Amino acid sequence: MPKRIVVLGGGTGGTIAANRLRRSLAEEDVDVVVVDRDDDHVYQPGLLFVPFGMSTPSRLVRPRARQLLPGVRFVRSAVDAVDLQAGSVALDDGSTLGYDVLVVASGASLLPGETEGLTGGGWRRSVHTFYDLEGAAALAGAMARFDGGELVVNVADMPIKCPVAPLEFSFLADWWFRRRRVRDRVHLTFVTPLDGAFTKAVCNRELSGLLAAKGVDVVTEFNTGTVDADAGRLVSYDGREVPFDLAVVVPLHGGAPYVGRSPGLGDPLGFVPTDPVTLQARSHPDVFVIGDATDLAASKAGSVAHFEGEVVAHNVARHLQGRPLDAAFDGHANCFIESGFGKALLIDFNDEVEPVPGHFPGPVGLPLLRESRLNHLGKLAFEQLYWHVLLPGRSIPGVPSRMPRSGKLLAVAAAGGEAGRSGAGGR
Amino acid sequence: MAVMTYAGTDVDVDAEGFLTDASQWNEGVAAEIARAEGIGELTDRHWLVIGVMRREFEEKGAGPAVRALAKVSGVGIAELYQLFPKGPAKEAAKIAGIPKPRGCI
Repeated sequence: MPKRIVVLGGGTGGTIAANRLRRSLAEEDVDVVVVDRDDDHVYQPGLLFVPFGMSTPSRLVRPRARQLLPGVRFVRSAVDAVDLQAGSVALDDGSTLGYDVLVVASGASLLPGETEGLTGGGWRRSVHTFYDLEGAAALAGAMARFDGGELVVNVADMPIKCPVAPLEFSFLADWWFRRRRVRDRVHLTFVTPLDGAFTKAVCNRELSGLLAAKGVDVVTEFNTGTVDADAGRLVSYDGREVPFDLAVVVPLHGGAPYVGRSPGLGDPLGFVPTDPVTLQARSHPDVFVIGDATDLAASKAGSVAHFEGEVVAHNVARHLQGRPLDAAFDGHANCFIESGFGKALLIDFNDEVEPVPGHFPGPVGLPLLRESRLNHLGKLAFEQLYWHVLLPGRSIPGVPSRMPRSGKLLAVAAAGGEAGRSGAGGR
Repeated sequence: MAVMTYAGTDVDVDAEGFLTDASQWNEGVAAEIARAEGIGELTDRHWLVIGVMRREFEEKGAGPAVRALAKVSGVGIAELYQLFPKGPAKEAAKIAGIPKPRGCI
């Protein structure tokens, strides 16, 4: 009787994990089952472009089941709860699915209802988000109509998916209003709960400099308590106010709802406590976690899920054979940061090495932490790589799971960011 | 690194005044840090939150951020800000004698 691996979630992490496992394990030995409540796989990096008319919702969605290799079974149902002791998953359709190994890949959920006033009378009128398809499409309409006033980009609180996306939105908004020749009538403000544009020193300086150069004001350490659409203002828990005519808010995030209904599985926010190196859940040895569903400090980003995929697939196979886990995740993340005017920056980092200048993945690669047209083209090209290389669970040639050090100016970080950037770079 | 004396107890603190060794903490230390922070006398609600901070730190090695603190303690975020006006996660951590919670990205 074959063993069974159940993967909860058919998004980026779940699809990668299932396909990698299917390729490495024989079908007579192991069944691989993916469970998801719907059949709509969204290319989430594309949501950023929708409000600016650079992409459309229909282009970003493909069937989940079609992204899975032959031999992976797809079950369409929401999850009621996981029973860690019994080793089974109760599905919403009333059935129960037993597992030998469970892979939690159910991502993060948006919780706009948890911020007072956010989903009130102004929702989808003067208060928007681009973090889901409907929101991004509605915001596209609002952006097209907006020709002057206060535009505020606000992160309600961390953690969020793709922490650079709100910055990218700010950069693109500057470009978009300039192109429409109304930039002088639009005041842009970036409002963040963090104490800077980004938490890591070198990158924070670069991105803060870009915001300033583009005329975007920054309000830091702002924990959004209330969105008051009638008065057109954000109010923080400590009583500060930021006025807006159009607010683009990244709502609070939590884990998938079933995590909270599964005793012992999640933390208070619904994320799953996970060993940062082996990606095994802390709650039970038969459970592994990938992508946004973890409680790791690593960014909630598709690149992280991609790099985690190799580790999860390897360690799940080892665990099924009763052997010790040995693959190690290093917190590797890699993000293109769209900065407008057909340019983008690239950052590549892990738990140990903050984003620094240089080149990726080696000395003659793409420029790191610097605006470049090449990076913008890289970001656009990534959409095809996502569907045809990442999701099938393949590695991108030349891009290892562990963060490459070659090409990076590591001395910049070691010097606390004071060393500046050498001209040619890449040693 | 510096040494501060609160309520007759010497404690090691970092540049921002957070204790670097949670075991040096006691309730007298907490009360005096709270006064120094301008919070004044600690109420039962403060102590409830301080207890949660220390328990979470013991279990997980880090103090919770505001949202998790609200969920675990049952004290709403708005009230947490009334209790610790300069920012609940940071200020309660300082008074509870645990390291400053780190924002993550």
